Order: sequence, then C-alpha cells, then structure tokens
Amino acid sequence: MKLTSLSGAALTLGFYFPATAKEAAFLKGDVAENLGIDLNAWIAIDTSGKVTIINHRAEMGQGAYQAVPQIIAEELEVDMNSINIVFGVGNEKKYGSQITGGSSTVRGSYKHLGRMGASAREMLTEAAAAKWKVSKNECYAENGFIIHKPSGKKANYGELVLEASKLEPPKTVTLKRPEDYKILRKPLPRQDTPLKTNGKAEFGLDKKLPGMLYAVVERSPRFIGKVKSFDDTETKKVPGVKHVFATKTGVFASTREGVAVVADTLWAAMQGRKALKVTWDDEGFEHHSTEQLYAKMNEDLKTKEGISFRTKGNAIAALAKATKKVEATYETPYESHSCMEPLNCIADVKEDSCEVWGPIQAPGWVQDNLIQVLGLPREKITVHMTFLGGGFGRKAFTDYTQEAAVISKEIKAPVQVVWTREDDTLIGPFRPGMVYQIAAGLNDGGISGFNYKMAGQDMDHQWPNANRESYNGSTTEGFLEPYFNSIPHYSFADIPLDSPIPVMWWRSVYASTNGFAYESFMDELAVAAGKDPLDFRRQHLGEERYQIVINKLEEITNWKSRKKNEGYGVAITECFSSIVGEVVKVSKGADGKVKLDKVWAVMDCGWYVNPDIIRAQVEGSIVMALGAATKHETHFKEGKALEANFNTYKMPRITDTPEIEVHIIDNEEKAGGVGEPGLPPFSPALTNAIFDLTGKRIRKLPFNLEQV
Amino acid sequence: MAPLTLKINNKDYTIEADPKMPLLWAIRDVVGLTGTKYGCGIAQCGACTVHLEGNPVRSCSIPVSAVANKNITTIEGLSEDNSHVVQQAWIAEQVPQCGYCQSGQIMAATALLKKNANPTDKDIDNAMQGHICRCGTYPRIRKAIKTASHMMTQKASTK
Repeated sequence: MKLTSLSGAALTLGFYFPATAKEAAFLKGDVAENLGIDLNAWIAIDTSGKVTIINHRAEMGQGAYQAVPQIIAEELEVDMNSINIVFGVGNEKKYGSQITGGSSTVRGSYKHLGRMGASAREMLTEAAAAKWKVSKNECYAENGFIIHKPSGKKANYGELVLEASKLEPPKTVTLKRPEDYKILRKPLPRQDTPLKTNGKAEFGLDKKLPGMLYAVVERSPRFIGKVKSFDDTETKKVPGVKHVFATKTGVFASTREGVAVVADTLWAAMQGRKALKVTWDDEGFEHHSTEQLYAKMNEDLKTKEGISFRTKGNAIAALAKATKKVEATYETPYESHSCMEPLNCIADVKEDSCEVWGPIQAPGWVQDNLIQVLGLPREKITVHMTFLGGGFGRKAFTDYTQEAAVISKEIKAPVQVVWTREDDTLIGPFRPGMVYQIAAGLNDGGISGFNYKMAGQDMDHQWPNANRESYNGSTTEGFLEPYFNSIPHYSFADIPLDSPIPVMWWRSVYASTNGFAYESFMDELAVAAGKDPLDFRRQHLGEERYQIVINKLEEITNWKSRKKNEGYGVAITECFSSIVGEVVKVSKGADGKVKLDKVWAVMDCGWYVNPDIIRAQVEGSIVMALGAATKHETHFKEGKALEANFNTYKMPRITDTPEIEVHIIDNEEKAGGVGEPGLPPFSPALTNAIFDLTGKRIRKLPFNLEQV
Repeated sequence: MAPLTLKINNKDYTIEADPKMPLLWAIRDVVGLTGTKYGCGIAQCGACTVHLEGNPVRSCSIPVSAVANKNITTIEGLSEDNSHVVQQAWIAEQVPQCGYCQSGQIMAATALLKKNANPTDKDIDNAMQGHICRCGTYPRIRKAIKTASHMMTQKASTK
C-alpha cells in the first residue's frame, strides 16, 4: 500500500510476523521497509481521521472483504461504515500468507488481525494521553475517538495519528473478551454488498488498461497434447486481429499447449479464433473415457490393498470376527468449478517488471510462478487482486496467470486473456471423481472394524518430482475425529489413479467426495445395527462438541417426532477445523416424485466474526453440493471433457433450492473454517433421507432426483 | 461497419461495431459499462440480462444491429445510488456473495416486479429460473423479491 497516496501524515502500523517468529516487538513507521524485516501494515489513518483497512485476502463471495476489516475494526474502535477497505497487493512478506483457500482466512489470522487493531488503538491512546498530559489509564477508545474519561476531553484519530506514529508500538496487547464485543459476532451488512447491487464492483473481467489488447486461446483439448500445426490465414483476415502464435503453459508437471489470438477487442479475438484451424498431436498418452476411468477404479478397489494412510489394530481380522458385516461401494463424479466469472487475467510485462490484475486467490503463488517463468525478482512482480466472480479453488492455480504473462511478454503490450465459458468448462483442472469401498463389522450394535479404501486421482501426484508412492494426505478428510477413538480396528488406504486429466481443489476438496462415502456408509451401518442414525452417531462420537451438534440437530428438526411418511437423513462431517451436521427432509409429491423439502444445518466453527456470512456460506455450500449430487458431472470421452457449457453441465437453479435453515453453535473453541465445511454433509444427508423415505439406497452421484 | 446508435440508460451512444456483435460486448467494451456480465454466451445463465424496452433480454444473444435506437437499460441505469427498491431489498437481505451474477438477477427481478408487484413463489420460479448463481444465493434472491414487493406496497400506501 502506497502511503504517498493518502492525505497528510499516515500512520502505518503493525507488522506481520510469520507463525514461526516469536511474539516480538512490533515495529512501526513507514521506514519499516528499509529495515528489511518481514513487515506488514493493515491500518492507515489520515489527518482527517479517515481510516483505511487492508483486506489482504481474496474476496470470492466468502466474505473476507468484510470479515478481515470487521476483526480489525472491533479492536481499533471504528465504525465499519466510515472506513475505506482496499485489497492488499501480493506481498506475503507484509501480510503473511495470502493463499485464500482451505477456509483459512479468519481461522489463520484472526488473533493476529485483532492485535493489529489493538496495537494501533493503544498507540493512539498513548498519543492522546501525552497530548493532554494525563494518565493513559484514564483514556479509552470509542468509535474513532480517544476520550479522557474524567474530563470528557476527546480527540479523533486524525488529530492524534501524527504523534502516535512516532511512538513505539506496544510489546503486547490484550484483545477484547467476547462479552465486550461491539461488532464481532454481529450480522453486520457486508461492505461489498452495495458495490454488487449496482454494477460497480470491479471483477477481473471488468478491468481495462490503456492500450490493452485482448487474447483468447485455443487450448489442447486432451490437456497435454501438442500443437502439431495451425493455419491462421483466415484468422489474420479478421479486422482487429494483431497476433497469432503458439503458447505453452506449465500445468503441474505437464505443459498445456495452445494457440493465442490477440486482437484490439475481445470480440475480434473471438472471431479470429473461430477462423483458426489447429491440428493436435495427441500421441504418446492415454485418452481416457469415463467408463474406463471408473472401471479401473472399481477394479483397483477389488484387487489392490492400496497405500496405507492410517491404521489401528487389525481391521481385516476384526471384520472376519464380526457378527454383522456391511460392505458398500460409492461413486462420485468429476466436476468443473464453473465460477460464474470465467477465468481471465491481465498481464503487463515490461523489460524489467510485470504487473498482473485478475480474479486471483493466491497472489503470492502467482509471484512465485512468475519469478520462475519471467526470471524477474519478486519486488518487480506486482499482483493485484480484483473481486473474484467465484473461485472455489480454481482461481488459486497459477496456470491462467502464467499464460497471460507469457502472452504479454511475447506481444510487448498489456493483454487481457479471456477464457470463454467453453474453455473454462472443458480445459480443467477438475475435481477428481473418486470411488470408495468400505467394509465394516458390527458387534453388539457397535462398529468393531472399519476398512476403507478410496480409488482416484491424487492431486499431489501431479506436481513435478512428486512421490507417486506416497499416500493421499486427504484420505480421511471429512471423517469425524472421534470415530478414530470409538472404532477399535480400522484401516484407511487409497489407490491412486494415473491419468493425464488435470485435477485440483474444488470447494472442500477431498472431503466433498469422501463425505458422501463416509456418511452414507455410517447410515448403512446404523440401519444394519437397527439403530436410529442419530443415536448410532451419539454412541460412537463421545466428545462433547459432537454431542452438542447431534443434540442440536435433533432439537431443531424435531427428529424424535419426525413423520413416517417423510424421509429424514443426517450426515455430519468435519473439515478445516469446523464440524457441520445436516439433516435433509424429503417427501413424496402429489406426482409421486421425491421432492427435496428442507435442509437444516448446524455449524460449529468455534470463534467467528459475522453470523450472517456464515449462514450465507452454508446456504451456498448446500446449493453447490446439490448440483454435484443431482445435476452435473464432467464426463470424458477419448481423453476430452464433454460438457462445454451450461446447456449440458446443468447447474442448480432457484427452482431446485429447498428451504435452508442454518444454526451456529456458540462456544469458546478456536476459529474453524466457514467457506467450505457446509458442503460435504449435504449429499449423504440427501441420499440417507431418500433411503428413509423409499428404502432405495443411492450410492452413485450424480443421480436424477426426478427419477428416484 | 456503419455507425449505429445505442440508447442506453437514457443516453445516446454512437458506435462503430460489427453488426453481428452481441449487444453484451457493445455495452461492456465499446460503451464501457461493465456492470452487465459475460457468463456463458449462450443465454443459459442470465448474467448478461438487460432491459430492452423494459423487458429482460439476454444481451449475449442479441446482435447489436437489432437494437439500434431502442431503449436499453443496464444495471447502472436503475439508480445513481442504489436507491431503486430492488437494490434496497437486495441490500436489506444481504443477497450477493461473489456478486457476479447479481446484475442479471436484479434486472430480471426488477422486470418481474414491474409487471407483477405481488409475485407468488411460482411467479418467482418462472421469472428467475433462467438465472444461475454458483454461490447459491437463491434463498435470499427469493426473499429479497418478496421484501421488494413489501417495500413497494408500503411506498404505495404512504402516497
């Protein structure tokens, strides 16, 4: 953040110390950068008292733009409606991790952001006390003012900032207690909402630079195929087309080839591309189809032990001794992220510098990548985040940013590379489809052994120099922790699938598919044990935090008095340190079809900022899960993705959406994630509800709700 | 490329463009109003929705030559300051998450309420099911339309 752009003297406070550093003295002042220590600033105040708070994370709908400042503003004692909020540029030395993923923004930095606010408040208080020659203990901060309690003297932050900036930041600060919160835990309206109701919020696709050209790229449809040749004769005839050339982009350890068409308008570039003819060399690698992929995964589950992730005792022996055995196989599909804003990025690469603007989840990673690709030092690579029209993990990848930079460098001009919806849906990377095989034994109505195997692509095996013998670190993502205590014998393993299809994080990552397997199976065990599904979970989840979630679900759904002619299904998963339980209610419509009536969700995310944002995130997670469960799938045929746009990759609509009721647990636990944990429990809760209603067990997603 | 005149938000813009170019790109790239969004290009998602003579249309699928001299309203034309009742309802119900689809959603909702000030759930379904929201704000969209309807009723009754 450039201090020179603010009026008057600006106070820049607060420096982020990475988690590994000690709680050392805070340093201050705008000379901080000269000291060369990992420094950061979230707060600037000008002499008129206008406060600017930095949001250092991406805003993709999940509410960082509101939550980060809300945490700081609580301690700083300023009114959210009176502040400026600006995105921080990519600068992990200043801000620490800016990787916006894993639902980590609040849980990863809330105490530290609170300290930033408190530290600034203390310095302003000290400046006021010095100015009035009174004791600091007689002064307090409130709503942008420091007030001297005995005399009633007050000064606004603008009057104090110059003197405060000369002081030493406090070595330690005490954060407010939850009972003293004025704005935290309150459903404050989001500061970005008014920008999103009148077209003013600037997304990546909206940004324009003077002299900027536009590019669209015809990319390898089989992901790792090579450009054999291309004919741009007709393309070059399209008015406005300026350049046509082959491109190469690093995607994990592979190269994605393409042909870029650059023009002075986006429309001209698109027209130029329509006239382009590219022939691909797709030799030397597998061209997988969906049928093959799933046949392989199922075969692997039957014939291979897998790479062990976690074991206790002897699951196989326990199963052999069990009075009752249950076994099932579950299938989940490949998915596209399908953010409403398709991928795009602006790059302006000059001789010795590069500037990037885009809907970017991880600006630090973009810098890391461009350091390699452009051979420029980090301080010469400026990465600006715009608002993101959705991210869900796709926009954390640095392929599309790299591609834009390479094109800009080639044409020696700023360029915006735009992915059409078809590009965005076909080229991936995708959420991997996974197949699960679970077998468990029951003795006296309790789980005596649990043998879990999952088959499918391991995202981490794609990186350069990856160890392909290593287990999938996310094998038990979603599975509730207390099960590891209550189940005496277990084994969790995965069988990685090798394919040229690129795969990556998709909202809640492996928990999104694991959750379906785990919680469907838990329901099948409950049924086999002759137990109520909630009681069965109570029996196996001894820890109080989980009992509270179960009890809450029982209460809000009137579980004990649920009607026999309605179907109720429950699922509880945890990921990113939050526990979410959901109950789905279905019933038979007048036409005999199953209809989805209602979803209740209980979110335990420990410490939290804004309950309305949490409710919105859970509502949205449920709708997204509904899509993956009942609406859309990416199929592959002969190595290419099939579904190109929303006419075939069918998204859930307002007409598909049930009533959703979200409850938040209040406790003293540390903050857990909010953006993703609401997703995994939905699909198993839905299929469990359908089983409850119809006796039909659905083990393959997606399924057509109309045809149950 | 003969010049043609687009009437957008009560202003005339004389532009030079390929007559086949979709209105969406004329609005966004030629005139520079970026509130209207590109989501799919095949009229499946609604992000490009504008009003043509007051009716909601998919600007990605209308060639610019077909709308010369017709009245077009974009999201920017609803109000200077978020004062339009639908915008007020959207803010009251905290509808947007990422916000990318919301211009189109609001334009559709505005057209619905203009024709039908007290829409039922079925009316809302019919008007809004052509719009995709990946963030899943549908429950709040439905609520906001009803809130807007109440606000309109209140406003009318205080006249």
